[in-house]
Amino acid sequence: MEVKSLGEDIYEIVCGTSHYREVNSKVKELVLKGAKKVILREVYGQRYIGTGIKGKVKIEVYGTAGNDLGIFLFGPEIEVFGNAQDGVGNTMKEGKIIVRGHAGDVCGYGMRGGKVYIEGDVGYRVGIHMKGYKDLVPTFIVGGKAGNFFGEYMAGGILILLGLTKRAGEDIVGDYCATGMHGGVIFVRGEVPSRYLGKEVKVFEPDLEDMKILTKELKGFSDAFNIPLDEILSEPFTKIVPVSTRPYGRLYAHRWAVARGLIK
Amino acid sequence: MLFKKPQVAFYPFMVLRDDYKCVRCKSCVDQCSFDATYYDEDLNMIMNHHENCVNCKRCEAFCPTDAIKVVKNPSTFHPDANWTPEAIRDIHVQMLTGAIILTSTGNDKPIRNYFDHLLLDACQVTNPPIDPLREPMELKTFIGRKTDALEFDPDGVSIKTTIGKQLELEIPVLFSAMSYGSINLNLQKAMARAAKEFGTYWNTGEGGLHRDLREYKECTIVQVASGRFGVDLEYLETSAAIEIKIGQGAKPGIGGHLPGEKVNEGIAQTRMIPVGSDAISPAPHHDIYSIEDLRQLIYALKEATNYEKPVFVKIAAVHNVAAIACGIAHAGADAVVIDGVRGGTGATPKSLRDHVGIPIELAIAAVDDRLRKEGLRNQVSLIAAGGFRSAVDVLKAVALGADAVYIGTVAKLAAGCTQCQQCHTGRCAWGITTNDPRLAKRLNPDIVAENLYNLLRAWAHDIKELLGAMGINAIESIRGNRLRLRSWGLTEQENKILGVLPAGM
Ligand code: SF4
Ligand code: SF4
Repeated sequence: MEVKSLGEDIYEIVCGTSHYREVNSKVKELVLKGAKKVILREVYGQRYIGTGIKGKVKIEVYGTAGNDLGIFLFGPEIEVFGNAQDGVGNTMKEGKIIVRGHAGDVCGYGMRGGKVYIEGDVGYRVGIHMKGYKDLVPTFIVGGKAGNFFGEYMAGGILILLGLTKRAGEDIVGDYCATGMHGGVIFVRGEVPSRYLGKEVKVFEPDLEDMKILTKELKGFSDAFNIPLDEILSEPFTKIVPVSTRPYGRLYAHRWAVARGLIK
Repeated sequence: MLFKKPQVAFYPFMVLRDDYKCVRCKSCVDQCSFDATYYDEDLNMIMNHHENCVNCKRCEAFCPTDAIKVVKNPSTFHPDANWTPEAIRDIHVQMLTGAIILTSTGNDKPIRNYFDHLLLDACQVTNPPIDPLREPMELKTFIGRKTDALEFDPDGVSIKTTIGKQLELEIPVLFSAMSYGSINLNLQKAMARAAKEFGTYWNTGEGGLHRDLREYKECTIVQVASGRFGVDLEYLETSAAIEIKIGQGAKPGIGGHLPGEKVNEGIAQTRMIPVGSDAISPAPHHDIYSIEDLRQLIYALKEATNYEKPVFVKIAAVHNVAAIACGIAHAGADAVVIDGVRGGTGATPKSLRDHVGIPIELAIAAVDDRLRKEGLRNQVSLIAAGGFRSAVDVLKAVALGADAVYIGTVAKLAAGCTQCQQCHTGRCAWGITTNDPRLAKRLNPDIVAENLYNLLRAWAHDIKELLGAMGINAIESIRGNRLRLRSWGLTEQENKILGVLPAGM
């Protein structure tokens, strides 16, 4: 592992085959020293990049970011020039992750704030159990296609799927999309055949208010990857929302509720 | 009551009120949160909706003239060992609703309690017992990974080896995970205070950490469950240890589900979800489908907190518990927590509570054995949970191989709980498992903190007395020392699993 200072508060680390523990503790050390930008070169799948750091630092990753990139992220902005593996933005709270490539499974799991932009495709179970509370609303945007269980158990936040890499005859999303969804909203560019959708959701055409949100969120994505916003918005979007915030409300009963007449 | 289904008439409890003693103070009407009593102005009498009574005994306790007795309904079904009243009533509920029966607390079926079949040893003549009142007695327990070997400096005296972060307990007992939401903040406050005062730990459960409790950081174990409620970097940092919850004894294999009615402003904020929405924890952590994945989360937590916090992994005691516990040790956990078949909960399907999992006594023995055989025992601490009732249960668990014990139901009992099994309704008349502000204020955190402290003090003395009788002056010396246990009334196979000899041998 080689560490270089490139000016005042910019550093470069050549990671190579160094263990993630070494790389990450070096990054933390540099941030404590006041680094504003850390460039990681030759990243060969080192895990947990960006975790455990508070504050506004920019981390650039050249190579392939390992699993759980930005897990529990709390402020930093990470940009990956390459692909990322599983768990991008897992349980993240604040900050931004931009991946100029593809990402793997379970990205954005339990995410509750910040932004994740993936330029290419993602794997299974992406955006599952995202949450939202008042001003804390996470946004996860996928430029390409997604695998099965996209947005499963979603409880809040905004999940957007663009399918820009989709070729004729390909599906934009896999099976069981939005299964168990009980909060938040999913926007998909184009149509989603109902056979791919969980039974807890309904499909709408976005209204003006939706388009405002969509345009605002997509602006960030369009800027990040230099894709004209008009081009992204050139196709109609599908809006997916849950039918109920209590999908399992009628699943359980007990003697007292029956006696009391709460369950009829 | 014409609108009610006829089956509702077959209720389990009755409220008997001595009209001669009743002074119409309406205290019972006020106290009953289950709508089982009301005042009839025309008759000037307190009346009952017996069918709503859950035998929580709140009215009895608060009747100033002792006019109330809540009893079993004397009108029974035909005696039948197979078709018990419970079985019949369950059928009624399901045929009326088409729903899964929800319940709470722990398994109430007569599954053999092995603690009751184990007897402790004492010293007579050949080695002397110790008097704990006059001689030092050590209950101090350290939870965390221990080293494989000790290295010494060339002087042969100073120890070179360093050891990872340990939790230091003054008694091998911790308060187990009960989330803010399933219980209210008052009980969490009481547990946190008692833990801090006594020198042990309390556990947030999976509902996040309310800001008022951040000051108890040093004695707080924060939980990370599949719903990831309230989990962020600050939450992880505000802790003495982090516990990954995979499973729970009262509902192995299923997730958590806090009904929307219970999600008020405070809970919504702490869990970071909207008011009134269901808080659903998926059955699995979707980033954990294997031991390797578990390792990934363990090390994610360690990375996030600079390797300063021990990481526990909690699982339900299931059939294959020993092998799974070894996997958890290999995955890098600092402690494995096993929750047995009698473990409690704020809400669970009844079929899971009563029929899934194995007794904690057998699980402790099996896990301790297997960890030793694989040379892993020093790498993880073993914490047992699920239905512990007394200091004696704790000591027997330690003798079977546990490092410490989690207590949950005991803490609720110390807060006034009468085990009425209605926590899932959110109406707890004792103000414990409810977030209704009117009910929650029935629980005074100052008083309960003192009760809990007393309880720990009593148990510590109890354990010391028992150790003294065995001629042992440190809890360390009885840990996994099954030679000081004998069993009665068990089969050869059971003795073999427990690793104990029958009494007389
Ligand atoms: S307070 Fe409890 S015991 Fe008394 S009537 Fe109400 S439900 Fe029954
Ligand atoms: S906590 Fe309350 S509702 Fe639950 S069993 Fe105890 S008294 Fe009943």
